[in-house]
Amino acid sequence: MQASRGKAFINRILSHPHRVLASIFLIGFSILALILPLLPLDPEGLDVIHSLAKPSIQHFFGTDEVGRDYFARVLYGGRVSLMVGFLSMAMSIGLGVMIGLLSGYFGGVADFFFMRLVDVLSSIPWMILVMVFGMVFGRGLFSLVMVIGLLSWMETARIIRGEVLSLKEREYVLYARFLGIFPLRILFSHIFPGILPTIITASTAAIASSIMVESALSFLGRGVTAPMSSWGSLLQNAQKFLQKAPHMAILPGILIIITVLSFHQWGEALRESLLLERE
Amino acid sequence: MAFYIGRRILQSIPLLLLITLLSFGLMNLVPYDAVDSIANSKMTEAQREEKREEYGLNDPMPVQYFRWLKNILRGEFGNSLLSHTRIMDDLRIRIPNTILLVLPSYLTAYFLAMAVGLYSASQKGKWQDKLLDSLSTIGLAVPSFWIALVLIYFFGYHWKLFPLLGMHTIGKEWDILDFLHHLFLPYCVLVLAFFPDLMRYVRSSALSELRQDYVLVQRAFGASKREILFHHVARNVCLPMISKLGMSLPLLVTGAVITESVFSWPGIGLYFVKAVDALDYPIVMAILLLSGTLVILGNLLSDILYCLIDPRISLWKKEG
Repeated sequence: MQASRGKAFINRILSHPHRVLASIFLIGFSILALILPLLPLDPEGLDVIHSLAKPSIQHFFGTDEVGRDYFARVLYGGRVSLMVGFLSMAMSIGLGVMIGLLSGYFGGVADFFFMRLVDVLSSIPWMILVMVFGMVFGRGLFSLVMVIGLLSWMETARIIRGEVLSLKEREYVLYARFLGIFPLRILFSHIFPGILPTIITASTAAIASSIMVESALSFLGRGVTAPMSSWGSLLQNAQKFLQKAPHMAILPGILIIITVLSFHQWGEALRESLLLERE
Repeated sequence: MAFYIGRRILQSIPLLLLITLLSFGLMNLVPYDAVDSIANSKMTEAQREEKREEYGLNDPMPVQYFRWLKNILRGEFGNSLLSHTRIMDDLRIRIPNTILLVLPSYLTAYFLAMAVGLYSASQKGKWQDKLLDSLSTIGLAVPSFWIALVLIYFFGYHWKLFPLLGMHTIGKEWDILDFLHHLFLPYCVLVLAFFPDLMRYVRSSALSELRQDYVLVQRAFGASKREILFHHVARNVCLPMISKLGMSLPLLVTGAVITESVFSWPGIGLYFVKAVDALDYPIVMAILLLSGTLVILGNLLSDILYCLIDPRISLWKKEG
């Protein structure tokens, strides 16, 4: 079953040329991000004479205000953005799945508590909440991941909870409960496989939105701190040199858009393959 | 109806209290000593301690919380730590500025989304629909501050058509044309930011309406596609859109945090970002609470609108 699911997903990708492009981009960029330190690219090398240069053969993406190669900086920035996106996704999905499973399966006090927590966290505009949590955690990569992860699990938890509520009334689960199988085991071997597709679909959406949020926070100066830079902090810096060097603002933005779009494409393909399976 | 609204308001009180607890708790976790902003650097430790006592910073947490809550209920948000101005006065100046920016942008995006979404759904499967659908998908992936930077570069620096920052030219505070001139770029950014999500929402609800039986029946009776779309589908799509209007109430205060920062628009968003940077926690708490209250009010408003408009739904009869 798992194999056929994978096949259906790959089919949904191959049937759309733009999804193939998106996949090539995502896989290629992820590999590049992993091996980046091995490549002869220096994001810190200064070349003050050629500062704020336009894109050219020597510098594909031009240079920044102190003459650092912008191509290398954008790649290294993308590495940080992808990392924040991936880690925040892991945290948010992990929390969402755990809380959704507990609330849905055990109900009672835990359910009441978690659902009130969801209510409270959902009743403050997200941007405001994220910035306030950012005040508590301080700045930097770690706190960024914590803040995004801690504040974006609610939707996943709600969906998973709903699915668990219906799954736990299925006959095979009722039978397992009747046999007196340990609840945690039922959760992992009988309920978890049922919600796996939802988890995977939610993950692609979570990476995409984490990358967007990271860029917004770093742009507002509440994200990663120098010397580390991400696409968002590159854009924040580019704002100061917008008149002389628009390429510094335009290029990282285009990469954010392509990355987020590509994750959305994967999400689409996953959803379609699941729909086909259910029919 | 009044009974229903009254009950809903009563029901939201516990949630509001939880929000106050959350804001108070969070602000006490911030690694920051509030006395620093009251004391100056020349004060000795003993004088600092005196100030601490005077402002009640040594009282137990629950005492501080209830004192704060009591002040809030009297409409007193306290003073900014940095500028020492009354927060209430600042909000009174800044909220209208944000509304002037967000309201026209949201309404434009809203009605444009209705029109384009319905059109797109009516062309389902054709190239027009595919194009609009892809454009809205791309729109969702575009960070609003990036659009702002691109617009500033082309319209502000390159073609020099529009001013880059602020709300007025100094000395022309009451000039409407000057204001509109400043409004244009942030307005465009916000319309582009609000539009894709709304349009996709309209399109998908119109598509699911078009699958309903009544559409088939209407077709069978020889109604034209146009008639069905504007007489029947549009009305049913309006319903969820009207409830969306209620839920977007908090946007009037917090809908433009990023856009305001890029354009230095003197609204609540910029005020908030600056307060967060300066760890000016009374301001942050006030905005946290205000926006939370607006979300709750917005949900209530959207329920009420829904009931007023759709005769099939009557929450207060069913529940009460």
